[in-house]
Amino acid sequence: MAEDAIVVDESLGSETLLDLRSLSVTYQTDQGPVPAVRGVDLTVRRGEVVGVAGESGCGKSTLASTVLRLQPATATVTGEVLVSGADVITMRWGELRALRWAGASIVFQGALHALNPVQSVGAQIGEPIRIHEPGIEDSEVTARISELLQQVGLSPSRAAMYPHQLSGGQRQRVMIAMALACRPALIVADEPTTALDVMVQAQVLGVLEKLVKDLDVGMMIISHDLSVLASSCDRIVVMYAGRVVEEGPAHAVFDRALHPYTAALSAAFPRVGDPAARFAPAGLAGDPPDPTSRPPGCSFAPRCPLAIEACREAEPELREIEPGRWAACIRVGEP
Amino acid sequence: MTIPASADVASVTTPKPRSGSGSRSGPGYRGYVLRKCLGALASLAFMIVLNFFLFRVLPGDPARTLGRGRFRTREQLEAFNRTYGLDEPLWRQFLTYLGNLARGDLGVSLRYRVPVSQLIMDRLGTTLLLVGISTILATIIGVWMGIRSAWKRGGLFDRFSTGGSLTLYSMPEWWLGLMFIAVFSVGVGLFPTGGLHSVGVDPWSPAGWLDVARHLALPVATLTLAYLADYALIMRSSLLDEIGEEYVTTARAKGLRDVQVRDRHAVRNALLPTTTVIALNVGFVVTGAITVETVFSIPGLGLLATEALKVPDFWVLQGAFLVASAAVILANLAANLLYGLLDPRVRT
Repeated sequence: MAEDAIVVDESLGSETLLDLRSLSVTYQTDQGPVPAVRGVDLTVRRGEVVGVAGESGCGKSTLASTVLRLQPATATVTGEVLVSGADVITMRWGELRALRWAGASIVFQGALHALNPVQSVGAQIGEPIRIHEPGIEDSEVTARISELLQQVGLSPSRAAMYPHQLSGGQRQRVMIAMALACRPALIVADEPTTALDVMVQAQVLGVLEKLVKDLDVGMMIISHDLSVLASSCDRIVVMYAGRVVEEGPAHAVFDRALHPYTAALSAAFPRVGDPAARFAPAGLAGDPPDPTSRPPGCSFAPRCPLAIEACREAEPELREIEPGRWAACIRVGEP
Repeated sequence: MTIPASADVASVTTPKPRSGSGSRSGPGYRGYVLRKCLGALASLAFMIVLNFFLFRVLPGDPARTLGRGRFRTREQLEAFNRTYGLDEPLWRQFLTYLGNLARGDLGVSLRYRVPVSQLIMDRLGTTLLLVGISTILATIIGVWMGIRSAWKRGGLFDRFSTGGSLTLYSMPEWWLGLMFIAVFSVGVGLFPTGGLHSVGVDPWSPAGWLDVARHLALPVATLTLAYLADYALIMRSSLLDEIGEEYVTTARAKGLRDVQVRDRHAVRNALLPTTTVIALNVGFVVTGAITVETVFSIPGLGLLATEALKVPDFWVLQGAFLVASAAVILANLAANLLYGLLDPRVRT
């Protein structure tokens, strides 16, 4: 799948739907400024699925929230967030409201809380349609809701139900149907499968993959589970302590990680067909650094098995190791 | 990977999908209403029984208490007991009580010598007027204040509103009432100090209504302020809880205006706890107004009960208790039904 996508990209010169340019997000707290995202560059093109991987607290959900300027008021954002070429950071409120959901939508994690408990799911799916297409007939909204529910494999009769009457997988599918309501070109899925069991995870991922293919949208999937991303993405971006530490084609990153952090992350999930890994999933000792007092040099150095003295001196730049593969580690490519 | 659509055949029997907000009283609401009504009836029945025995097990013989030593002879005592049926066995008295209750007969007041039901009906209107207006005003103003404070938390309005609410909340209502009398009645002379009517004004003429309005202004203001603080604080804190919820972020992400996010999503959910508190407060319509009715000498149920306690006017008390507890049960039922309408989760 990864190879196919790359071919499509090059032949058509596909349009860039999301372009993050040296994006930094800093939270102002009582303990002082806390940088959550530090100089991230990232693009998502039409028809492409980009995965963002990393542990909790690495800044990946903050990254997702900036796409529609949903970050809390305490966050300072610098750099550029271009959605279909328009900068979300400096956009006027009216433009932003028009862009939200119609230009790009978000599949939130944990759909139980992301859905309003006292509104029927049909009403919630229909709401953005009514907002963005004022004057639309009720009958057409109803038809669209049915169609959207069918698209994610749910019976249209579910529209009358309330979130608490649905299972976790059904709710997540409702969330996906809702994200498709205004036919956005870009979909951001923030941990779409985290709260689900494995069978349902596969179902939800299947729905997402099928939609990207059928609707020719661009998608950014955020997950801590590298194996999930490897199977459904074209490209993977690995984040650590607010920075991109590795980027490259999905399977290459998962199977043959360049950055030691990626290697640890991918070793944390047992691989199909590898009995040794299955019985000994490798963990990674320690926690990500406290964002208020990051160590000098490479942020991963304190936990890195390959760290040397030079790692603790300067923060390594993201550099192209081989065509299409980038890593921020001075030890990669050493003889 | 294909999506197994067959995994979702469970509810194909459900008729056409409904969209929009038209399905609020949807599945299960009728059963919910039935359950809650039966529960209320059971409470009412229990309360009727309790109300009878409560006044029978109270220490002291009614005749002695009521007679306060006025009965010199045994004949007098027996005559009294016979008049009120107190010489009959308890179970017999109970049946009579039930029978009378079914006919709306609550006995005769010892003090006024008129049927208790008539006394209560006369006073109930006044109390309902007083508490009804206050509740409506307090609900509208309080909920509005709470919403405005929470949505712009820490703003100027919030600081004044919350500070004011806390002050009012900690203020006893009789003191507030007395202050109003001291300033606006005795001081400025704008409003009468108490009562419901002026002498010589026909209560059913336009001038009479204006007269009642002038009499009710201060007590209504007192009760409104007392309730309002409560409602404003509850609405504020429940809305603050909702603001942090993820579905509010979803609503923003959909491109809704700030006001739409607030009114359609956050407030709708924040109203749930507030509804309960308001409806339960309404249940204390009789008891809640006792202080204010006493301070302003408003001839309502509360004043009737306090006066009956001094005599003690047995059957008036029993009737007032009955009405007071029935009001609480009814308000509780109303709260439940309203809650079921607002929150689909409690229906199932």
